[in-house]
Amino acid sequence: METIYLTIVLAPLIGAIIAGLWRNQVGKAGAHWVTIIGVGISCVLSIYVLLGFTHGDAESQNLSLYTWMVSDGLRFEIGFLVDQLTAMMMAVVTFVSLMVHIYTVGYMAHEEGYQRFFSYIALFTFSMLMLVMSNNFMQLFFGWEAVGLVSYLLIGFYFKKETAIFANLKAFLVNRVGDFGFILGIAAIAMYTNSLDYAEVFEKSAGLANEQITVFPGTSWSLMTVICVLLFIGAMGKSAQMPLHVWLPDSMEGPTPISALIHAATMVTAGIFMVARMSPLYELSETALSFVLIIGATTAFFTGLIGIVQNDIKRVVAYSTLSQLGYMIAALGASAYAAGVFHLMTHAFFKALLFLAAGSVIIGMHHDQDIRNMGGIRKYMPITWITSLLGSLALIGTPFFSGFFSKDAIIESVHLADRFGTNYAYYLLVAGVFVTALYSFRMFFLVFHGNGPRDEHAKAHLHESPWVVTVPLVLLAIPSVVIGWFTIEPMLFGEFFKDAIYVDSANDVLAHMGEGYHGALGFVVHGVMQAPFWLALGGFLTAWYIYMMKPSIALDIKVRFDWLYTILDRKYGFDELFQFVFAGGSRMLGKIFWKGGDQFLIDGVAVNGSAHGVGWLASVARYLQTGFLNHYAIAMILGLIGLVGWFVILQ
Amino acid sequence: MFADFPILSTVIWLPIIGGLLVLGSGDKAPNVSRWLALVVAVLTFLLSIPLWSGFDVTTADMQFVENTPWIAAYDINYHLGIDGISMPLILLTTFITILVVIAGWEVIQYKPASYMAAFLIMEGVMVGVFAALDAMLFYVFWEAMLIPMFLIIGIWGGPNRVYATIKFFLYTFLGSVFMLVALIYMYFQSGSMGILDYHVLELGLKEQILIFIAFFLAFAVKVPMFPVHTWLPDAHVEAPTGGSVILAAIMLKIGGYGFLRFSLPITPDASNELDWIIILLSLIAVVYIGFVALVQSDMKKLIAYSSISHMGFVTLGFFIVFMIAQNSAADSGAVLGLEGGMVQMVSHGFISAAMFLCVGVLYDRLHSREISSYGGVVNVMPWFAAFMVFFAMSNAGLPGTSGFVGELMVILASFRANFWFALLAATTLIVGAAYTLWMVKRVVFGDVTKESVASLQDINAREALVLGTLAFMVLLLGVWPAPLIEVMDVSVTNLLQHILVSKVGG
Repeated sequence: METIYLTIVLAPLIGAIIAGLWRNQVGKAGAHWVTIIGVGISCVLSIYVLLGFTHGDAESQNLSLYTWMVSDGLRFEIGFLVDQLTAMMMAVVTFVSLMVHIYTVGYMAHEEGYQRFFSYIALFTFSMLMLVMSNNFMQLFFGWEAVGLVSYLLIGFYFKKETAIFANLKAFLVNRVGDFGFILGIAAIAMYTNSLDYAEVFEKSAGLANEQITVFPGTSWSLMTVICVLLFIGAMGKSAQMPLHVWLPDSMEGPTPISALIHAATMVTAGIFMVARMSPLYELSETALSFVLIIGATTAFFTGLIGIVQNDIKRVVAYSTLSQLGYMIAALGASAYAAGVFHLMTHAFFKALLFLAAGSVIIGMHHDQDIRNMGGIRKYMPITWITSLLGSLALIGTPFFSGFFSKDAIIESVHLADRFGTNYAYYLLVAGVFVTALYSFRMFFLVFHGNGPRDEHAKAHLHESPWVVTVPLVLLAIPSVVIGWFTIEPMLFGEFFKDAIYVDSANDVLAHMGEGYHGALGFVVHGVMQAPFWLALGGFLTAWYIYMMKPSIALDIKVRFDWLYTILDRKYGFDELFQFVFAGGSRMLGKIFWKGGDQFLIDGVAVNGSAHGVGWLASVARYLQTGFLNHYAIAMILGLIGLVGWFVILQ
Repeated sequence: MFADFPILSTVIWLPIIGGLLVLGSGDKAPNVSRWLALVVAVLTFLLSIPLWSGFDVTTADMQFVENTPWIAAYDINYHLGIDGISMPLILLTTFITILVVIAGWEVIQYKPASYMAAFLIMEGVMVGVFAALDAMLFYVFWEAMLIPMFLIIGIWGGPNRVYATIKFFLYTFLGSVFMLVALIYMYFQSGSMGILDYHVLELGLKEQILIFIAFFLAFAVKVPMFPVHTWLPDAHVEAPTGGSVILAAIMLKIGGYGFLRFSLPITPDASNELDWIIILLSLIAVVYIGFVALVQSDMKKLIAYSSISHMGFVTLGFFIVFMIAQNSAADSGAVLGLEGGMVQMVSHGFISAAMFLCVGVLYDRLHSREISSYGGVVNVMPWFAAFMVFFAMSNAGLPGTSGFVGELMVILASFRANFWFALLAATTLIVGAAYTLWMVKRVVFGDVTKESVASLQDINAREALVLGTLAFMVLLLGVWPAPLIEVMDVSVTNLLQHILVSKVGG
């Protein structure tokens, strides 16, 4: 098995190295072949590993590859933990990655830096696999930062564009804020368990449930709460949760294939994966889970609202991603880890699909991304249209589509959960369903229906994308539609995650839900009688009415609710606030420290001051040496008189 | 097979004698002196390899010891030897020197022979500092180190070099005077000049505190620690590329080494008593200097400040040991801090060298160190840009590169001392990335808007060789630091045991 795991990880890496370092030797075709083959091998083997769990009797494997180092009895290892959760992640990551690789052949065909792009996305696949397959915190952090690096490189792929290199710096730094919390969490774990190995940490964690830690003098907090919140700050960075979400919309500056792969399907879900992986720790802190729940639900609803007012096709999908990530996080906060991971999987397929379809439209529109300029594209791009429709239906939670099962499960489990914040979260999540349907179909109708495209020139050149683009769309559409139906039972109510995810029986909302579960069809029947279904339908109909029947309404609403529109259009002001406080603030602080501390106090007063002081002393002392004999004689006489006088007085 | 061969002496004197030969070859035939310098540097490196391969990792005793009377009347000996703390630093020195020689190959046109000679002599002297076990011998090497560096900055430096050299000289000299006093005092107390004898010398707390302060002044200036750091940015800015590389990669490490070899073992009680000062200054270095680095407009100054900030991790790692030992909730972790500091020193040796070389590459072409003179370099120098981004990422502590290892260890260790230490140290994740990558954004990325940038040539084979070698080392240490930890582990553990035993009334 070790060889298989190693091959899965290294095949993309080798592809990346060849395409990157020998870009001129291998040429364009060489670069895409070598990376596609590498990722293809990974994908096939990952599916093999997954099938071992679903159809075979594979056991979860925890093996160490090599010892990174040992210091002070603390072992830092590089190794793999492959269980059901990992296997599912591996399959999703490599499959979506493979689709994106193939798609890129068409999408990037005429772009500069073709080889570089393939090298990066293969490197990304390697990093992501290292992250999900890790069996310890150090390697998790390696993968965590490595995907961040590739994300940085890819957002800034068009490095001539000022907006792109602004966005990638922003993404990296905001992620670093998350990682700052993450590494402190790891430090706490290392201190209290003296280990970084998952299995060992989980084993020891139960004994630490009542441990207290003093952060501020005079206070005492639960250690597990501190650890879990710190780790979750890492997840907030990577999975773009409020208020660390600001980097994700800007990351759309990168080419569309990586928006699909990194900023929708895989990397941004790392935070969800991490929390699910750490379920034995999170189950020990009710407070941390409430925190997770509230952050997730807040993100789910409020970022979804912004999606309604966006006009850039990619940004609409980006806000949709933020919102859906919020749903997953909320599920984790309700202790329904499996539901969060389940939504992660379904979302990976339909969101990658929506992004790639958006990319296909963008190719057709010659890189015009404004949906107000589109319309009627259905006629010209039938495959893109139908796959987009399927993806959108999955996203809004249409019964029988994959998103329906996962989203309903999340809302239901938050409803059943009993901890601080569940009511707040439940209402936001339910309301979010309406918002999701509204922004999804607003975009869908504006892009594909109605009269279109405004620009006659664009219209004349509009045609369906080549097969390398459409085939991945079709291949992603299939799981987007059916995967929920087939996998809900084992993943949520079955034994699939039994060994990988730990839930305290008192918190086990999914088990509670499972008692009333009677097959996927029953789930659907139950679902259509609930509020979310009707809200989704309502959102769809609203979008249809406004954008298909009476477009003037949209303008009316915009005028009447100008204040609301402004708030949403400005994205609640996070960007401006952060730019002012953090970017401006640190530059100001730096200036104060440099000019005031280094230059004035240290160099000015202390260093040059003492130099001047010595110089001044010398210049004064110089006057004592006049060189005239009579001056010296007078000084001697005065001195003598003084001494004698002093002697006399003393007597 | 090397049992009787005086490897340490060879590694010290070969480059010094070789340097004198290079100097003698004169500036008339620059190629002869260049090749001669390269041969000497490579030979020295090869000869230093047995120090690693023949090193016994199971003992904390000094190895490769050479001991002959030097000035018998005062019991001063030519006493050399290395342990797991000094050995990696010696190899770092011999390794970096080769790169400096290659990096200065055709760049230095003014007095090339003297330039190469200065670096070779410097190399020998620095190895002497790391290998000396006699206090007087140490002091001689320590002071001798100033002369070649003084000349390097003074002769091949920038326009403001006189101010920088005098500042550099006065600062470091001021520090070392106090160290000399302390050494002489201990000589009178013990009747010996042996550094190892000082380790076991009984000293009262008051004496220890005075000695500690004397050493602190010497080493804090070298590291350099806040607030005696302001000579470094000036020295770097004026120094030629090679000078900056040696300064950052090795000379700063001598300060860190001094804390491990002198301050901690000789004055453990004073270190314990005053550790909060060093911790405080280290954390100031990490945070305050990080912000100062952010607003620099001169690339060399920025990297110089970044160096100070990174060296803060070294001193932090060294001096949190007492608090970790006293923290009942942490059953270990002090060794982690010490080793983290050591790893950080070695890693910083590679990364700072690489960063200064990268700036050197640009400076050689446009003769400007200002960030605003560049922009869009990636368009014309793609290979250079790849290296620069890679080293910038290592400077920002990306896992998989050596920059991560030391930072991780020190953060993990400082958490065991105090939550807030770890928190403040970890801010480097954000601030360090901010100043490094913001510079990269402005220098490397963007569109070409300046004609001068448009005419830039990508790196040649010589430059690629130097940067490629460093990139390899940074990556190697990042993915597999175990061998480095292994060679120092026993020595560091032994050191820790020694310093946790009080010398006062014990």
